[in-house]
Amino acid sequence: MAERIVQITVGKISPRLGISAAVLIAVLILSALVAVVSRADGDFALGPSDWSAVRFTIWQAFLSAFFSTILAIPVARALARRRFWGRGFLVTLLGAPFILPVIVAVLGLLAIFGRAGFLNDILAFFGFAKVSIYGLHGVVLAHVFFNLPLATRLLLQGWQTVPAEQFRLVAQLGLRPSMVFRLIEWRLIVRILPGAFALVFVICLTSFAVALTLGGGPRATTIELAIYQAFRFDFDLGRAAVLSILQLGVAGSAAGLALWFIPSVSFGGGLDRMQRRWDVRTVWSVVLDSTFIVLALGFLILPLLAILLSGLGGLADVPLAIWGTAWTSFWVAMLSVGALLCAALPMAGWIATSKRAGVEAVGLLGLAASPLMIGTGWFILIHPFANPADWALAVTILVNALMALPFALRILVPTLRETAQTYGRLSGALGLSGVALWRCVLLPRACPQIGFAAGLTAALSIGDLGVIALFADPDRATLPLQMYRLMGSYRTDAAAGAALILLVLAFGLFWVMDYWGRRNVIAE
Amino acid sequence: MKYLTFAAGVLTATSAFAETPVLTVYTYDSFVSDWGPGPAIESAFEETCNCDLQFVGAGDGAALLARIKLEGARSDADVVLGLDTNLTAAAKETGLFESHSVTADYTLPIEWTDSTFVPFDWGYFAFVHNADVIVPTNFKALADSDTKIVIQDPRSSTPGLGLLMWVKAAYGDEAASIWEGLADNVVTVTPGWSEAYGLFLEGEADMVLSYTTSPAYHLIAEEDASKASVKFDEGHYLQIEVAAKLAASDQPELADKFLNFMVSEAFQTIIPTTNWMYPAVTPATGLPKGFETLMVPAKALMIPADEANTVRDAALIEWQNALSK
Repeated sequence: MAERIVQITVGKISPRLGISAAVLIAVLILSALVAVVSRADGDFALGPSDWSAVRFTIWQAFLSAFFSTILAIPVARALARRRFWGRGFLVTLLGAPFILPVIVAVLGLLAIFGRAGFLNDILAFFGFAKVSIYGLHGVVLAHVFFNLPLATRLLLQGWQTVPAEQFRLVAQLGLRPSMVFRLIEWRLIVRILPGAFALVFVICLTSFAVALTLGGGPRATTIELAIYQAFRFDFDLGRAAVLSILQLGVAGSAAGLALWFIPSVSFGGGLDRMQRRWDVRTVWSVVLDSTFIVLALGFLILPLLAILLSGLGGLADVPLAIWGTAWTSFWVAMLSVGALLCAALPMAGWIATSKRAGVEAVGLLGLAASPLMIGTGWFILIHPFANPADWALAVTILVNALMALPFALRILVPTLRETAQTYGRLSGALGLSGVALWRCVLLPRACPQIGFAAGLTAALSIGDLGVIALFADPDRATLPLQMYRLMGSYRTDAAAGAALILLVLAFGLFWVMDYWGRRNVIAE
Repeated sequence: MKYLTFAAGVLTATSAFAETPVLTVYTYDSFVSDWGPGPAIESAFEETCNCDLQFVGAGDGAALLARIKLEGARSDADVVLGLDTNLTAAAKETGLFESHSVTADYTLPIEWTDSTFVPFDWGYFAFVHNADVIVPTNFKALADSDTKIVIQDPRSSTPGLGLLMWVKAAYGDEAASIWEGLADNVVTVTPGWSEAYGLFLEGEADMVLSYTTSPAYHLIAEEDASKASVKFDEGHYLQIEVAAKLAASDQPELADKFLNFMVSEAFQTIIPTTNWMYPAVTPATGLPKGFETLMVPAKALMIPADEANTVRDAALIEWQNALSK
């Protein structure tokens, strides 16, 4: 009987809006695909090198997703159990690697792990042989650098949905950490981890520059590079389309599979009290948590410090024009956030109340579609009617929102699902529905998640080179494009300075929005 | 909000119809950047042409050709500037380009007879290294040495493709075994020139594939003489960058005028210190100070434009097989 009431109530999170958003996204991607196919005259055939690219892509994406999510468990657990000075800043900093332009992050990583890096200097000092970062392990390392923080943040949010009363109870009962893990932590992990895995898997699936630069050679060819090659080098639109479909298919089935595993469990409601942990005060657990926090911190902070240092040196060389570009990037980011929220909130509401978690896979398609394919497809569509360059920023905004959508969904869905399950009956009894339900129940409870998702979108949008490179003319450049232009004309120092500006701007926006969201949380 | 942006875009598009004729030139991205030749060339040409010269940047040379193919005869472009000799045959096949009437006293290492494409600058591919390091002076010695190199992927980068053609032109059927020997010297393969050069400057490799003119940038712009390019015994592969007029241009006279301007003194003096390449016609004032210090290859290698396509595909498979082992 109770089940039935929940069904009625949660049905009122207007599924129609969510479904239309999903359909719109599918149409945007498919129309690009159809446009590419319509111009293709090749035989749509794939060569042996394409198939080895497919194998490598799936394998590296699997390893990257596996390590990013597995390592995120102890880090998130440690962060959830400890309160210390600078913790809030550290949690925000977890967003930083993710928003870096690939080449900046790679140079940062190489400053630590490269042939001439910090690590090899230390090894050489103690008389050990040098280690090489180039190869499959390098690709995985870079992907973990990007995605471990994201997975950690997602898990940490899971921890925060556990009512404080439950932790109070386990402390009162004197349960051992292993029991706490089984009773509470394991249940939240299985709820969050498959989704995080799917997300990281899809991000790594479309990786191109990381895989190529750190992969050490053509062994490390990804599908995205094969698409790039088909478009730019062979101008074989048929092959490009087939590869794009393949990429969508792999991402879609992997995501569907992972999301299908998410069990429908709830922790029940609480009084939203401050989570205090009386259960983790043994010396052993403090040492364990500190170790994980320090290790993760070192892994994330050292490359960022390297970027900071090289950027400070180049700041004086940065041309003044960069500030105008930074302004363009800023408002493109703001519009992207607006577009994202318009699509993500109704979709997340729909997914959170739908029985099959697999529908979230639709959202992941935006990330799995090759930006080059979308860009080229829309270029073909727009060109007969208008000058694509005039649409460059509009297309960029849409593609940014499309790319950020899966992240936003992954961030929003668990909270909305929890809220719908916990407060569904009460809302139903009070007759709350539609806008009132969103305003009084869903939005206030999802505030930190909305802030996090908006911050991530803003930062992603600032850091992404995206389709703008395909359409751009000199007057409409974004910050990453300008940075690449500086690099491309030997101005490496100035490019490092521009990268620092980009990092500060992206991280600043992320921090403001994330802070706005978390400021309202009592359970933090 | 989105619609506002769309509307703004459409409005700007319409207001672009002014009285002065517009010449649209598609080129690669680094040409139009604030640090490239674009801005100076634009103002120099507009002084004489009574027109509005608009550069449109589109990725690199390969992306440029893909863009033209994508737009076909409907393209807004009047001139395409920045294809290289590895791409001209494929470009000509499209039938979208028209022959030119430009004559000039070229200072290219080879004789130029192409009737469609007009060269505007050129350079040799070469490995750049720190001047104080002793490095091998041919591909075989390089393969036998411990010298580490970073190169670009021929599937996504023009210099990367250049190296592929260089080895092929120097060694022909032996190229595959040369690549097998080089495999352990290659630190990594990057998607583009910028990443590779960045890795080299960070000390990740002893040498990077670039141009003989690269040290000129460090010498002239940074007053840093620490970079040099190494002279290879086999000779060096030549890259000639060209421009051509599109058959569907609505400004054919203006396009001709631009191509003639391109080989003139005003254009050619801008090239060396903005594009960091050799001008196609050496200006009367000579090359900028510092260029005389550059290494000059003993022999220029080049695979004829009409064979480039077939050679490229076979060489790419050899390259992939050798480096995938």
